[in-house]
Amino acid sequence: MNWAFLHRFGSPKWFYHFAERFQRPLLWFGVVLMVASSIWGLFFAPPDYQQGDSFRIIYIHVPAAILAQSCYMAMAFAGIVGLVWRMKLCDYFIGAAAPIGAVMTFLALFTGAVWGKPTWGTWWVWDARLTSMLLLLFLYLGVMALRNAVSNDNNRAKASYILVLVGVVNIPIIKYSVDWWNTLHQPATFTLTEKPSMPAEMWVPLLIMVIGIYALFTSLVFYRLQSEILEREYKTKWVKRVVEGLR
Amino acid sequence: MNDVAHKQPSLIKLLITIIKSDLRLAMRSKQELFNALLFFVLVAVLFPLGVDPGPDFLKPSSGGLIWVSFMLALMIGSGNMFKTDFDDGTIELWVLSGQPLFCIVLAKVFAQWLITTLPLLLISPLLATMLYMPVELMSVMLLTLLIGTPALCMVVSIGAALITGTKGGGVLLMLIVLPLATPILIFATGVIAAFAQGLDVGGLVALLTCMLVGAVVLCPFATAAALKLSVDH
Repeated sequence: MNWAFLHRFGSPKWFYHFAERFQRPLLWFGVVLMVASSIWGLFFAPPDYQQGDSFRIIYIHVPAAILAQSCYMAMAFAGIVGLVWRMKLCDYFIGAAAPIGAVMTFLALFTGAVWGKPTWGTWWVWDARLTSMLLLLFLYLGVMALRNAVSNDNNRAKASYILVLVGVVNIPIIKYSVDWWNTLHQPATFTLTEKPSMPAEMWVPLLIMVIGIYALFTSLVFYRLQSEILEREYKTKWVKRVVEGLR
Repeated sequence: MNDVAHKQPSLIKLLITIIKSDLRLAMRSKQELFNALLFFVLVAVLFPLGVDPGPDFLKPSSGGLIWVSFMLALMIGSGNMFKTDFDDGTIELWVLSGQPLFCIVLAKVFAQWLITTLPLLLISPLLATMLYMPVELMSVMLLTLLIGTPALCMVVSIGAALITGTKGGGVLLMLIVLPLATPILIFATGVIAAFAQGLDVGGLVALLTCMLVGAVVLCPFATAAALKLSVDH
């Protein structure tokens, strides 16, 4: 197999045009899927036999939580690639994804609180999964704060790789320790190995929403990466051409 | 080639020199030694003042209160452990010396543990008594501190190295390090709580020790990488 195509990802110019092509379609794809699954989930899916209609917040809560976790994993992957192959793009990616990941984590926590009130009778419990999500939020904020504090571009890149990797090694430990510490949350909705315990008309819109939110996330990251590339590569000729074209 | 190798001091000698010079520097500026200690006492005193001075609250929570204050004081005390070395160019010399940087990091962290953590450890029984900790819990608390704080120091060293040479300060260090250090806090206070309920704590102590071993093995590499980049222009 020819791996040479991977090298193109190292070129900001190539990536800018790659992102240009996919950013808009992905955005529309994501928005359409999210709107469709919201309508399906909110109006047509059957109410839960125990929780009634309050369970419908699952259609925001679970996708946000899944994305919050996989966004950190993607950042860690970018961290490894950046450390090993020194691609500038990885640094840009971490900078672009961290705020989105933080917002998703916050959204998951917030919707969790709103969902917790009718089902558990309280806005917040010191439950294992809530607490590890809260700590994940702090990990995101730490990465953002560190990136803000380092002024040198090269150092900022490496510092964020190190911190993201240290964080990702720590995530299972944090997860395990808070699991052991306290648990009340229901088990994961989707696992790769088992059939979901919900009926299909409940989980299909959820799955569509997850796909939609991934598309939205990718599109937003592409958009942020594009502006980051333009800003960082302002000295190059092709950026000048692009910016003149935009005007 | 052989001559050069001959002139280089052995690694052990270098590490002992680093530890000795750090200890000597610490003894010369005693105020800094006291700052972390005072901070520890102050934070621990805030809990009875702010929450409840009665033994009903303090007795069951004394272990956790000591641990939380300890963590904060440790971070205040060790946050700029690489600052003077960065300012006077010592870190550059370490990198250029050809000696394994992670060993130097281990020596630095060990010295830092002696300087900041040991005094805190020595005063913690006194504070624990003031927080009405039962005497039989005291030794368990000291055991968790003895195992947990070196691990904590290792994690703090990563954050301290990352903020070295940046405009970030102590608050940034805490923001970076505290989420990473929560497992240590959870298990250490878990041991104390389990012992207070009369449960067997062997397994939990083993897990805490596991974390210490993991931290000692893994953290120096991250710290060394972060240090290298602080002098990398």
